[in-house]
Amino acid sequence: MEQEKTTNNEARLMKGNEALAEAAIRADIDAYFGYPITPQSEVLEYFTNEMPKRHGIVLQAESEVAAINMIYGAAGAGGRVMTSSSSPGISLMQEGISYIASAQLPCLIVNVNRGGPGLGTIQPSQGDYFQATKGGGHGDYHLIVLAPSSVQEMADFVFDAIRLAEKYRNPAMILADGALGQMMEKVVLPQEGSLPKVSKPWATVGKPASRKRNIITSLFIEPEKMEVINLGLQEKYKQIQSEVRYEEIALDDADIALVAFGLSARICQKVVDLGREKGIKVGLLRPITLYPFPKSALNKIADKVNFMLVVEMNAGQMVEDVSLAANGKCPVYFKGRMGGMIPSPEEVFAELMSIIEKQSVTQD
Amino acid sequence: MDVPTTLNGYELIYKKPSTLTEKPFHYCPGCGHSVVHRLLMEVVEEMGIQEQTVGVAPVGCSVFAYDYMDIDMQEAAHGRATAVATGIKRILPDKFVFSYQGDGDLAAIGTAETIHAVNRGENILMIFINNAIYGMTGGQMAPTTLLNQVTSTSPYGRNKEAMGYPIKITELLAQLPGAYYVSRHAVYTVNAVRKLKKAIEKSFAYQKLNRGTCFIEVVSNCPSGWKMTPVESNKWLEANMFPQYPLGDIKIPKD
Repeated sequence: MEQEKTTNNEARLMKGNEALAEAAIRADIDAYFGYPITPQSEVLEYFTNEMPKRHGIVLQAESEVAAINMIYGAAGAGGRVMTSSSSPGISLMQEGISYIASAQLPCLIVNVNRGGPGLGTIQPSQGDYFQATKGGGHGDYHLIVLAPSSVQEMADFVFDAIRLAEKYRNPAMILADGALGQMMEKVVLPQEGSLPKVSKPWATVGKPASRKRNIITSLFIEPEKMEVINLGLQEKYKQIQSEVRYEEIALDDADIALVAFGLSARICQKVVDLGREKGIKVGLLRPITLYPFPKSALNKIADKVNFMLVVEMNAGQMVEDVSLAANGKCPVYFKGRMGGMIPSPEEVFAELMSIIEKQSVTQD
Repeated sequence: MDVPTTLNGYELIYKKPSTLTEKPFHYCPGCGHSVVHRLLMEVVEEMGIQEQTVGVAPVGCSVFAYDYMDIDMQEAAHGRATAVATGIKRILPDKFVFSYQGDGDLAAIGTAETIHAVNRGENILMIFINNAIYGMTGGQMAPTTLLNQVTSTSPYGRNKEAMGYPIKITELLAQLPGAYYVSRHAVYTVNAVRKLKKAIEKSFAYQKLNRGTCFIEVVSNCPSGWKMTPVESNKWLEANMFPQYPLGDIKIPKD
């Protein structure tokens, strides 16, 4: 049975959280540190079940604060490491994430976003977009942020996120939501052993006589040095822009572009179908990387559509980045639900129709 | 490691360990940090484990510990050194890992990380410098500040009604089954320095046994923060700190 689990690459029916955890084991992570929180506790549970059998380290920390600092230590010691949590827990991790970004340690952080603010609700939300893409903690830094919209991507993006994190020595985040974590879908898991380990000559593994000591730190007390560190980070973020990924659906002839990520993009695919059935030329751009953000792609689309409608499960966060990308070339509208509510395709479509009506009134 | 026994024809009886860098210590005259840094690095040199040792520096006066110790090191956030050390040790279980923290770091903001690292019996050495004050930020009240002790944030003295009691975190930690060796020391006399060095040696040796956490408190002085000369501060240490924080082993291995 165990043998079957690790080598069988047939399609399986899995929860998003479990597919994510199984993919991480197949991505050969050395250690997982985490703390229980709904709606992602299955991740920790999956690791505590599987890691002892599959020679990995799993540790339930005393808090998210401790977990992210264990990640710092373990990543600094050269391990391929990961943690996961949900919104309130990710808030607790922000201090550590800022240190990790400054010390340039590769690691994977997963946020299975739930509704906030505060203790909020355990229902799905995209309310942590700002926190994920703009830094989140103190100082000028960015995570590489990937937004899955299916259980398949919950698994696949583990590999992509680790690859990018190690390529750029930067923390990477998978920003999912409670629905993606909890729902079951068909998934073909990535091959075990298909993500080779990379050399980490900077890691603190014990100083041999042949090299200078390695120091993992985020402390550069002279402002002249701290500015140089910041300039280096900004240069890295510039290079990271080349990793931008997005999906275009029915945009070739579109007059209207929906823009949505994650679960909202799944809903918007239905809206595209509803629109096309009625002869409305509507398409969808789905940012896959939220950082780097597909600015140029959106800017080009803004040239040819009448308007954009951004759909999010929050009060309007990514819409700010879409507006900046559109740069006044077309109107950008927003439709959102908050507090763990998921918009239905029908209500988004109704919003789309009311904008079309208003536009035609203005044009007349 | 080969340690030279002569220098220019003279018998060599004292030298800087090769595991300390060339950088002069920035610590105030009379401060205990330099002595503890040196002892740690003497032990690392004498045991020949420079290549197998990873240290974790704290936030506080010894934030730059890695500037002096010629070993691989990580700088932790305030309070998080033992969580960072846990991460390192789990990835590198065969290496010697130590954390180094002051009283505010270990016994206030990092209390949860401290207690749970010991409770898990992490096979690390935790060094705890207790000078009853936040030294680097300018002498504020620490969790270990004595009753009636005047600091910049207890200007009328620490009063227990409003500010609680000096915490004996070391005794508290010794209660945990994960603690293997717990001992309290000082560096105010030559004899005390020798005893501390023995405790550090033992702790590194115990780490190989994988039986739990070694915890060493060093009751230290802060002449600048206490507004005393180094000699006065050592006297104050004996008269006031030791009654509250008595020196000696608190928990020794049973087998």
